[in-house]
Order: sequence, then structure tokens, then C-alpha cells
Amino acid sequence: MSTATTAPAAKPAEGLFSKKNRKLITDPLNDNNPITVQVLGICSALAITVKVQNAVVMALSVLAVVVVGNMVISALRNLIPGRIRIIAQLVIAAGLVTLVDIVLKAYVYDVSKQVGVYVGLIITNCILMGRYEAFAMGNKVWPSALDGLGNSLGYAWILVVVGIVRELTGSGSVMGLRIIPESWYATEGGFYFNNNMMILPPMALIIVGIIIWIQRSRNTKLIEQA
Amino acid sequence: MNLVNIFIKAVFIENMIFAYFLGMCSYLAVSKTVKTALGLGAAVIFVLGVTVPVNYLLENYVLKAGALAWLGDDFAQVDLSFLAFIMFIAVVAAIVQLVEMVVEKFAPALYGALGIFLPLIAVNCSILGGALFMQERQYSNVAEATSFALGSGVGWFLAIVAVAAIREKLRYSDIPAPLRGLGITFILTGLMGMAFMAFMGIKL
Repeated sequence: MSTATTAPAAKPAEGLFSKKNRKLITDPLNDNNPITVQVLGICSALAITVKVQNAVVMALSVLAVVVVGNMVISALRNLIPGRIRIIAQLVIAAGLVTLVDIVLKAYVYDVSKQVGVYVGLIITNCILMGRYEAFAMGNKVWPSALDGLGNSLGYAWILVVVGIVRELTGSGSVMGLRIIPESWYATEGGFYFNNNMMILPPMALIIVGIIIWIQRSRNTKLIEQA
Repeated sequence: MNLVNIFIKAVFIENMIFAYFLGMCSYLAVSKTVKTALGLGAAVIFVLGVTVPVNYLLENYVLKAGALAWLGDDFAQVDLSFLAFIMFIAVVAAIVQLVEMVVEKFAPALYGALGIFLPLIAVNCSILGGALFMQERQYSNVAEATSFALGSGVGWFLAIVAVAAIREKLRYSDIPAPLRGLGITFILTGLMGMAFMAFMGIKL
């Protein structure tokens, strides 16, 4: 899976943004993207990308939970007994997600309504468990925070791209801002129709499939050997 | 009759994979061969069928606003619903452990078949998703919740077995290199989802 699983023994003199630490952030953006390469966290990525706004809220929620969770688990890594580590990680994730859910309900209630059960499903979002298990359990707090940040940014950009494509073609707007002018629509005497297919679930899968296709044809070392 | 409706609806119209993308991670990872897909699918049906009813009881007799009224009037005001996520995931993780131990003890053959998949299931979104949808849709009794759970499980099973069968055949196809593996599986699932959308017109 990830190349970052081996715990590097960080030297005390190492800077906060040394080359290795920067790589923790940049790697998951492309070469080791959580969605298109590690295949983690697909469930929520597809379901909530009908609108860009939902995608952004979801991405920020995941960012908060992964970064904070990574730091907490990394700080506790020597105290968590190996046999029950999955349950310990799940409890920490569930606690953080509960906080995120309450915050969303308080500040962006309508988005929280639309995102619905998928906020709860952040708990079982594989990115969380993947990063907690593969990185935070074996690394210090600061690299874990960067790793969480990098992975959730890698997750975020895919979400936002899928969201933009689906909202633009499906509703003619981006972030609620109208891009296709009202006067073009057939109902107003124009020629344009929204592509209603784009707001249905199957198209999200196909768009992610196409993103993977483009990414792998540009970055040929990611091609799977059959 | 209502139970049958809920079951059919959960299998086809509100399919866990094609309509809600739940359990996608293991769906993509374990669908390379039909044999393993069958094992994981069976395990999902089993675990959903056990955890959703338990979570239903927990939701309605402990967590929901006013659910503790059976303890006495003092408790009628208590609303513990903010604990739902933690309780649901704890129940799921605990039951998966328990099921694993029970199956290992009393049905070694089944354990051999499901063994490696059971621990994976605790973090399968479709299990927690089942619990959260059950909470959102407010089924009126345990039988309905169980019927929904089994239906979702069967729907998930169908989806993963179908895609595994297609992927086995795909091995002999000439797919563009960058699309091989993950990419084509996404597009396939999208196409299967479109086919499944035909069920949406059915009124139950």
C-alpha cells in the first residue's frame, strides 16, 4: 500500500518542513493518492459530490478528523495494546466524528441535512483507518499530522474535481454560482438542457474512473500489471 | 407483505453499492475472484442481519429522545442521540468479534470460509451505513429493521458477486493500459448502477 509505512527514525535536528516531511504532504496528492491509488474512502467520495459545496464540507470534515485523529493516535501509540487497537482507533474516530457532526449541525445546517448519514460514515471511511493503522501507530506526532494533512488534501482535490464536473454539467452552476446563463435554457426559449444523468449516482463512478484513466496515462508508473 | 416490500426495496431499488456506494472499499479490493466475493458477501449479509436489529433496539430503547422512559418518569427527558455514532460502531465492532469467536467455536467449516473476512467487516461502511439508514428511516419494529438489513446484505452480495464475475471475464479483454484494474472497475460499476436504476420505476 503506502510507501510511508516504515517508521523513519527522525533525527532531533530535523526541521519542521524538511524534505522528508514535505514529501509526506505532496506524495498523497498524486503518486499515492488515497482515492485513485490506495483506493480508500470511496464511499463518501462518490455519494456527496452532487454539489461542490457538499464536497468541500465533506473534505474539510475528513481533514479535521484525519489530522486530529492521526495526532491523537500517534501520541497514544505506545499506550494502545496491539490486540484491541482497531477498537481503540474506532472509538477515537467516532468521538471526533461526533464532534464534527455537532459542529456541522450548528453552523451549516442545510449542508449537514444533505450530507446526512455520510458524516457518520466518516468513521468507517477507510482513509481514517488506513492512515491510523499504517502511519500514526508507528510515527511521531508531527509527521503523523502532516501525513494526515497530505492524505486528506489528496482526497479533497478528487472530491472537488468530481463535484465541479457534476454540478456544472448537472445543474449549470459551481458552488451555487450560475455558470450557464438562465437565458440559454430551453424553458427560457434557449437551446440548453441540464444533463440530469450527471446528478445520478452512477456518473460519479464513471467520472472517478475517467480521472484514474487520465492520471495513469500521464503517470505511467501507476499502471496496474494484469 | 410490508416486510417483503422492504426487503425487495433494499435489494434492488436502494442497493447499498449502486445507489449509496456503501462498502465500496472492500467491494473494489475483494472482487477479483468470484470465490472470495462469495465469502465476503455472505459475511456481510450475516453481520448486517445481526447488527442492525441490535442497533435498532439500542436506538429505540436507549438512545432516542425519550427512549429511556421505560426506566421511569425521571428518564423520559433524556436524549442520548449524540452518542449514536460511538454506540453503533462499538456494537458493530463488538458483535464482529463475538461472531468471529462463536463461528470459530461452533462452525469451523464456516469459519474457514468467512474467517479472514470477518475482521475486515468491522470497518466496512455498509455495516455502519445499515445502522445509520435504519436510524434515519425510523422503521416501526424490529422485524422491519431486520428485513431491511437482510435486504441490504443480499443487495451487497449480488453486487459484489456480479462484479467479480465480470472482472474474471475481463481478464481476457484488451483494456487500455491506464484503465486496467481500478479504472475499468469504476466504470463497470457505473454501468451496472445505471442498469440497476431501471428498478427505480417500481412502486412498492
